[in-house]
Amino acid sequence: MALRSVAFSLPLAIAVAWLLTRRRFPGRTLFDAVVHLPLVLPPVVVGYVLLVLFGTRGPIGGWLQRSFGIELVFTRAGAALATAVMSFPLMVRAIRISLEHVDRGLEDAARTLGAGPLDRFLTITLPLILPGILAGAVTAFSAGLGEFGAVITFVSNIPGETRTLPLALYTALQMPDGDAIAARLALISFSLGLLGLLVAEAVARVARRRLGG
Amino acid sequence: MLAVRVKLRRGEFALDVEFEAPTPGVIALFGRSGCGKTTVVHAIAGLLTPEEGRIALDGDVFFSAEANVRPERRRIGCVFQDARLFPHRSVSGNLRYGLRRAPRETHRIELHQVVDLLGLRVLLPRRPYQLSGGERHRVAIGRALLSQPRLLMLDEPLASQDLARRGELLPYLERLCSRLRMPIVYVSHQFDEVVRLATHVVVLDSGAVATQGDVASLSRSAALRAIVGTEGIGAVIDGEAEARDAETGLTRVHFGAHSLRVAMDEAAPGRRVRVHLLARDVLVALAAPAAPVAADVLEGVIVSLEPDASQSLLVEVDVGGATILARVARGTASVSALAPGRRVFLLVNAAWSRAYAPPETSRAGE
Repeated sequence: MALRSVAFSLPLAIAVAWLLTRRRFPGRTLFDAVVHLPLVLPPVVVGYVLLVLFGTRGPIGGWLQRSFGIELVFTRAGAALATAVMSFPLMVRAIRISLEHVDRGLEDAARTLGAGPLDRFLTITLPLILPGILAGAVTAFSAGLGEFGAVITFVSNIPGETRTLPLALYTALQMPDGDAIAARLALISFSLGLLGLLVAEAVARVARRRLGG
Repeated sequence: MLAVRVKLRRGEFALDVEFEAPTPGVIALFGRSGCGKTTVVHAIAGLLTPEEGRIALDGDVFFSAEANVRPERRRIGCVFQDARLFPHRSVSGNLRYGLRRAPRETHRIELHQVVDLLGLRVLLPRRPYQLSGGERHRVAIGRALLSQPRLLMLDEPLASQDLARRGELLPYLERLCSRLRMPIVYVSHQFDEVVRLATHVVVLDSGAVATQGDVASLSRSAALRAIVGTEGIGAVIDGEAEARDAETGLTRVHFGAHSLRVAMDEAAPGRRVRVHLLARDVLVALAAPAAPVAADVLEGVIVSLEPDASQSLLVEVDVGGATILARVARGTASVSALAPGRRVFLLVNAAWSRAYAPPETSRAGE
């Protein structure tokens, strides 16, 4: 589910990061603030807003259900959406930082060598920000695994459907003899988190070596 | 013909430049740092848009009030001051980047030619961070050439190099300029590079063209003197080289009724060469010096006398077929004997003077 949320939001995050670094447009500051909002709002508020917007009677959720038969509330897809929204700012931030560090001179050089805008983005900019994208994706994935508030508010805690790791852990703690299960879940959480961080570091190291930095 | 007229303003800095130069040939943009050379190069490449002006190469308009061709469509190869190799690609990947994007029908420079010309074979599998500064620039030059450009622009390719590296890269540049019949814009703030490579010089000073013309006539212009400084002042003489003397290693260069012995990197018998004779390396005598050792004596008439730096006087002497500059200390008794019209003898130490074989393309343009 966390994987799905990352896969969906990654292209959008790259686009948003590009807009925020490279383009000057009216309302840019406001747009920037909205993108970062999930970082500062209580997750429950985000879940509530999602419920209002994407609920079966909400403006977007209603339309999705009527047109495509997609239902988000109390479903796995909804959980992915909630996770994606919560971890989106983290991803945008990581990509944006690496985008700001790309030497525009290299893109100019590619231009004089005959590369058009899309060509330049795919062959120069994207490979250069790849470490940032991967780091952003790994962070977002790990954060997505731990999402609690927004998920429980938006899609509730349904076993086998929307029960995320922390939700399962919390549920286990509520049970009279759930200590062992909780400990096991915590251990899984630990290993996944550690694995994520190690992968991010390894990716960054390989990228650094390739660029000789 | 490369015709450039560029007007723009960047805060305090105003640029208003206009020049026309024959092509093919090596057009040098010469001036101090910050005089606007790089800005002109970027405008020609299309990387920045002038407020007004016109840029055209051999009749094709790149920029005017009506047109603004995008840089990726101009087919102008650029070698930037900082080389700008793509760090995520190998040398070979960098070289092929422009080649792959050049229209098929324009292909005339092959990868193996560039590799041989610039000595890149051993570098091909390497990554840019594994290269020295000089190697980086050679790769950048190769990459620009392989994009099959109509014009090659080199922005101070030697500026970031130490003296040894400059010596290593200059012969490559000379070979490049003479082998390719391609117009080249060469940006530099070192006059010796200009003397070695250029066929046409545009001198820039604080955002405007101070003067322009061929190297020999420009070497005596006051505008150029102001930029080159006291140490760099000198005459540039075009002449014809004899075979190199096996014993001394010196080459005799003929011009007008005179000849000089100079040092040359390559033997070039019969070729037109250019001698750069710094004013500080020429001595003035009132009578014919007896038995000069390893020096040539030229007889001529003083054209003008000018005080230049605080303690010296610049003497311009017409030796018939060339005008030579000499610097003498002011205030000594014999100096007062110098006056325009007076016959003098010039002593040129063969050890100091150097000759270069300028690019062959120059003759086509002249």
